[in-house]
Amino acid sequence: MMLFLLQGLALAFVPPFRPRRVLQEINQIGVKSTLIVLLTAAFTGMVLALQGYYTLRKYGSEGALGSAVALSLIREMGPVLTALMVSARAGSAVTAEIGIMRITEQLDALDTMAVNPLQYVVMPKLLAGLIAVPLLTAIFDVVGILGGYLIGVVLLGVSSGSYFSGMVQSVVPLDINGGIVKSLVFGLTIILVASFKGYHTEHGAEGVSKATNQTVVLSAVLVLAWDYILTSFFM
Amino acid sequence: MINVIDLYKSFNGQMVLDGINLEIPTGKITLVIGKSGVGKSVLLKHLIGLLKPDQGQVLIDDVDITSLSGRQLQEIRKRFAVLFQGGALFDSLNVFENVAFPLREKTRLSEKEIKRRVYERLEQMNLSLDVGKKFPDELSGGMKKRVALARAMIQEPEIILFDEPVTGLDPPMSNTVFHLIKKTHAASNYTALVVAHDIPEVFQIADVVAMLHQGRIIAYCGPDEIQQHPDPVVQSFIRGEPDFLEA
Repeated sequence: MMLFLLQGLALAFVPPFRPRRVLQEINQIGVKSTLIVLLTAAFTGMVLALQGYYTLRKYGSEGALGSAVALSLIREMGPVLTALMVSARAGSAVTAEIGIMRITEQLDALDTMAVNPLQYVVMPKLLAGLIAVPLLTAIFDVVGILGGYLIGVVLLGVSSGSYFSGMVQSVVPLDINGGIVKSLVFGLTIILVASFKGYHTEHGAEGVSKATNQTVVLSAVLVLAWDYILTSFFM
Repeated sequence: MINVIDLYKSFNGQMVLDGINLEIPTGKITLVIGKSGVGKSVLLKHLIGLLKPDQGQVLIDDVDITSLSGRQLQEIRKRFAVLFQGGALFDSLNVFENVAFPLREKTRLSEKEIKRRVYERLEQMNLSLDVGKKFPDELSGGMKKRVALARAMIQEPEIILFDEPVTGLDPPMSNTVFHLIKKTHAASNYTALVVAHDIPEVFQIADVVAMLHQGRIIAYCGPDEIQQHPDPVVQSFIRGEPDFLEA
């Protein structure tokens, strides 16, 4: 899989360049995942605020709610949940698409036309994963914070000023950088697993189903494992 | 000229090609017949380097392509086109884009010229120009084959490999596809290898017929001669007798 990744990424620097293919894949992987990311982010922020409020109230620290919500989202929940949502929606679709291309000989057809299937099919998806997942993570963080605001400030009566000022004081550049690095690694991991599984699909429709299943499970496990490794690195 | 010399290939310990020797003459249509699953498509995939043999050579004008890789193989492939069994049309592209694909990827022709050539090919395949806007899943089996043939022909390749070009088609559509192969061959004089088992209709397009059986070529002659071939296995296959392998 490592060789597959290196080949795929190296082909980004070899002509012919196909920026339109990358944009198409950003649309497929990123833009079309926006709605599910928005919904997940809003509810995650709301739940964090609800849980956080009642926990902090025991210690008379409701004012720290904004800081708790923001740090949880930026450091952990944003990158991880975005990655899991993209994996479930776009990762499975990438495996199914490439798997069907494999079993219907479309990848062989590219080869016979002297067009490298790794360069034409896989490389744009890898680049799209690297670009789209960090952007979706940023959207997740912002929407999650607004969801937390809705519950914490509007519904439960925490002061708006303390919600945002706590956030500004506690979130440092390292938190944001850590979130960006995580989302880059997760984006690449999800699309790598999805493309690799699709590219090596065998045995017809059953093989596509099996590969799709493996993609969702393996990328979820890898995202969580990477999350631990990267968190321990940034702490 | 394509020469296959002592080609061996096995999958998971099961021998599929067991020392194939085959000559595919330039400018002729060579037909490879044989029972389903005997390895005809495997042989075809070796001719274009999609599969690597366990042993043996595939010589294209005296260049052994089994030892080539990367760019050298891509250069050789520019001389080829393949009509795959299911057409292998790209699902995400419409018919026009599918046929135009090799020109857009491998040439610097203007869009106007590409459009002219694509429509010319569609017309040659008796397809209306409206078909250009349709996607592969909106086409019938016969239309898919004709679009795939148009795509294969668009760059006027020297060599075309046909992998079961009429499988799944009704007899009139099969004859239409055979007629189109004959017509395009007469116009372009390409070298062709046709893998098929549609007897006897497929004999109408062949110059040379080879029969593959148990991993070897057991007959190699003209289409008239093969019908009189003394080998009982060949005769049994041509007559469509059941269980000829076990006989």
